Amino acid sequence: MTFEEKNVWLNAGTTLGAFLVYLAVILGRTGAVPLVEVAYIAPLLWVIGASIAAVIFGNILMAIIWPREACQKDVRDREIERFGDYPGQIFIICGGVSAMILAMLKVNHFWIANAVYLCFVLSGLLSSAVKIYSYRRGIPSC
Amino acid sequence: MLKQTRISNKLRALRFARGEMTQAERAERVGVTRQTVIAIEQGRYSPSLEMAFKLARIFEVPLDQVFQYQEEDKNEQK
Repeated sequence: MTFEEKNVWLNAGTTLGAFLVYLAVILGRTGAVPLVEVAYIAPLLWVIGASIAAVIFGNILMAIIWPREACQKDVRDREIERFGDYPGQIFIICGGVSAMILAMLKVNHFWIANAVYLCFVLSGLLSSAVKIYSYRRGIPSC
Repeated sequence: MLKQTRISNKLRALRFARGEMTQAERAERVGVTRQTVIAIEQGRYSPSLEMAFKLARIFEVPLDQVFQYQEEDKNEQK
């Protein structure tokens, strides 16, 4: 497994882990108050911050463990990176559009923030899935 | 519709015929990772034209002795 593929697994794991933690925290707070009144801002900022820090820390740790591989990003890695990023961008657009529509409809900000976060998560997971598939099975040609 | 590459190669056969060079050494000479060389050998990755020439030169054979392009309809070749 190349260093870049390990990075993709790290990103996917961190994104999914952070989302599940956030979901557990939010759903755990819904007992006494309705969902839209749950204090979501602090947990959301914490999981986003923690996942960014985890990716950076994990990357540094991997570079310490595999120092030679860390500097070996080649043309295939770059191609897979580009190929994987394209489908992920669909959800970035969906996030922007859904936030715009929800704001126009004057929906509670809880839903706007969470719709954007969900789209970021889906974007990251789809990109990672396409990249892992490309590493394992090859880049499909049209 | 997405489909896998139709470029095949004889890198594995050439490697066994000239067993003096490891995948890691070949990867270093071409300037890619060992995993990329393995992916090319297994037909999971189509190299660029430049990389294909480099690989052919390592084995000192013409490009078409290393890489082949399979036609869409195999009956056309017969």
